[in-house]
Amino acid sequence: MNSQVKLMKNNTSVWQKFGPLFALILLFAIITVLNPSFLTPLNIMNLLRQISINALIAFGMTFIILTGGIDLSVGSILALSSALMAGMMVSGMDPILAIIVGVLLGTIMGVINGLLITKGKMAPFIATLASMTIFRGLTLVYTEGKPITGLGDSLGFQLLGRGYFFGIPVPAVTMILAFFMLWFLLHKTAFGRKTYAIGGNEKASRISGIKVDRVKIMIYGLAGTAAALAGAILTSRLNSAQPTAGQSYEMDAIAAVVLGGTSLSGGKGRMFGTLIGVLIIGTLNNGLNLLGVSSFYQQVVKGIVIIVAVLLDRKKSA
Amino acid sequence: MKIEMHNIYKAFGPNEVLKGVDFNLEPNEIHALMGENGAGKSTLMNILTGLHKQDQGSIVINGQETLFKDSLDAEQCGLAFIRQELNIWPEMTVLENLFLGRELVNRYGVLKTKEMKTRAAEVFSKLDISLPFDKEAGLCSVGEQQMIEIAKALMTDAEVIIMDEPTAALTDREIEKLFKVMKDLTRKGVSLVYISHRMEEIFAICDRITVMRDGITVDTKAIKDTNFDQVVKKMVGRDLEDRFPQREASLGGNVLEVVGLTSGGLFKDIHFTVRSGEILGVSGLMGAGRTEIMRALFGMDTVDSGEVRVDGKKVSINNPAEAVSAGFAFITENRKEEGLILDFSIRDNIGLANLESFAPKGLVKVNDEKKFVEMMVKRLNVKTVSTETIVGQLSGGNQQKIVIAKWIGTSPKVLIMDEPTRGIDVGAKREIYELMNELTNRGMAIIMVSSELPEIIGMSDRVLVVHEGKITGELMKQEATQEKIMALATGGN
Ligand SMILES: Nc1ncnc2c1ncn2[C@@H]1O[C@H](COP(=O)(O)OP(=O)(O)OP(=O)(O)O)[C@@H](O)[C@H]1O
Ligand SMILES: [Mg+2]
Repeated sequence: MNSQVKLMKNNTSVWQKFGPLFALILLFAIITVLNPSFLTPLNIMNLLRQISINALIAFGMTFIILTGGIDLSVGSILALSSALMAGMMVSGMDPILAIIVGVLLGTIMGVINGLLITKGKMAPFIATLASMTIFRGLTLVYTEGKPITGLGDSLGFQLLGRGYFFGIPVPAVTMILAFFMLWFLLHKTAFGRKTYAIGGNEKASRISGIKVDRVKIMIYGLAGTAAALAGAILTSRLNSAQPTAGQSYEMDAIAAVVLGGTSLSGGKGRMFGTLIGVLIIGTLNNGLNLLGVSSFYQQVVKGIVIIVAVLLDRKKSA
Repeated sequence: MKIEMHNIYKAFGPNEVLKGVDFNLEPNEIHALMGENGAGKSTLMNILTGLHKQDQGSIVINGQETLFKDSLDAEQCGLAFIRQELNIWPEMTVLENLFLGRELVNRYGVLKTKEMKTRAAEVFSKLDISLPFDKEAGLCSVGEQQMIEIAKALMTDAEVIIMDEPTAALTDREIEKLFKVMKDLTRKGVSLVYISHRMEEIFAICDRITVMRDGITVDTKAIKDTNFDQVVKKMVGRDLEDRFPQREASLGGNVLEVVGLTSGGLFKDIHFTVRSGEILGVSGLMGAGRTEIMRALFGMDTVDSGEVRVDGKKVSINNPAEAVSAGFAFITENRKEEGLILDFSIRDNIGLANLESFAPKGLVKVNDEKKFVEMMVKRLNVKTVSTETIVGQLSGGNQQKIVIAKWIGTSPKVLIMDEPTRGIDVGAKREIYELMNELTNRGMAIIMVSSELPEIIGMSDRVLVVHEGKITGELMKQEATQEKIMALATGGN
């Protein structure tokens, strides 16, 4: 009887873990059949670079959604920290130092979200909706609505968005490193356990002696950091800071997390799922482009894929 | 209504829960359904009322084979079920909860609030409940929520009412009222299925009793043809020693001193001490403020004034995290909302309160955790297939054991237990009492809030009685009697 139990458990968890992966493989297969140039090393490297920004944001978003929260401000954090970095570079600061300071500023913006939510007792949706407009507004004020250019040609700065590391784009390397670090944090540490617990039952977690507020603030800070890091990569890629950068990025990130099987009500989900979710969205964008589908239709297709994925997920758990 | 359930089988995955159960319900009887935690009582009733479908077997109602589509179908056919796990919508008012899904409306679909209030008031006065209709249900105590559920069932004019441990959260006075209402109902032709782990109640009120063990029916008998010991023996399959284990306390110095704790209208000027190795029983009526005092001690609610000292040193406790590091643990009375994460596994739940010890440097040592959880599950005799089982799928009593297991692992100095044996069968109760002895022998101090007087008298070294937010008396073990406690609990006269 015991082995039977194990088997059953494994079956469900295999399906739950790898369901999105099967979907991704299927998507790969379909696009490759329709256009063989999809599955070339060059395009795959392209794909990895394209998804890295959404991936970083989505990794942070995973933690937030696992606690039952949401962060709408990540796109604005990306833009504001990118503008601040660029500003510092233009004013003569060492580019690498400017990036580090800019990323830390992103952390602070995330922490502000966390404080509003925990100490201000605001709903995450409302708090981050407000901070989204505030950070965006500040970006526009700071940049006066114009791109910041002339960021110099420091090698380190250029590599961040445009370089290659043994043939792999540096943004992709950054993404992979971030994935492993955050995977470890979520699945192997007490901090990760607490993240799940808060989403599962916040009251019970609090009574179990978990410092819920502190964990939440750290998680929003983490998401801010990830968004700012994505901002740094984008700044390097474009060799400029754009005031409208990162708009609606929060939606792609949320979509990736949900596609990866994480429940919006919190408590359930995995880092690996989010990575697959990011890959699915990136593959759709990249593949539909290759197939010459108009960007208008691309949006429709993306929406439909999300609905189908969530419906399938529902069936599975029933 | 006459109900015959015949040869019912039910398995959840590999877990065979019911293995050929027979159960008969006659008109106008109160029929007790007893059995250990996880015996399958709730599952059997869930099958009867259409929530689950049996794998095999038949249900015959008034001579006709019946299968309800769902709970609503059963309700419309006259079967009301007061579930073990309360179904309260915390954000809605008492009145909204009472009529949820069967609101009275006029022909334009507009709510007839006045009429609903009148009907609710009728039932409330029958049960002697005084709760404002517009109070948010989530702000009601567990006992009050239980009364709402009972009132809700009474309003359906059901022919059969199934009560799954309705008195677990009630105090003696309310139980008395409930019993009176139950007797009245049988006179009107209603039959009742009554599930409870409290023997006294079964013998006080039931006409017949069916005992289940491990998914089969052991016996059905008229109450007058059986007795306490026989029933227990059938339930556990062996003779059980005394209900309460021998208790030899060896008391140490004061671990906890509470000085002048006061909080708004809830409680006032609370003074007491607990010594290491001592079990301090806290008795009182529902709403007397016992739970509120404990919540404040544990940092869940704020206090206006007062001081708490642990081992003679003043501690400031503003949230549960600080309470835990000061050496407290709290088994709350509300396991579903505050004690457990129902969607998580047994291991995750027990691990949660013990993260500090399994993850001293932040990294979770899964093997240590697994070993510990397995040990606890065995120690408390939790009935489960594996430690990876989702807690929400355990029987009510086994869920309670998980809450206890979770806290014991933290080796607190002061363990606060609010209704620790609620919903737990006689055998398991004894195991918990033995565990309490073991813990106090190791020097732990236990504060036990309980509405069960036998438990208070049987286990406490000292009893505090709380009445309307004040401590009205303190009794040593030798002087604590049912009468004295009740007198103090009702205001002392
Ligand atoms: N939905 C479910 N899925 C899986 N297992 C279940 C489910 N419901 C009940 N079980 C299992 O069925 C068994 C019997 O549970 P049940 O709730 O009927 O016990 P019970 O006799 O009511 O116990 P208690 O006195 O503790 O309430 C338990 O082992 C439980 O884990
Ligand atoms: Mg039950």
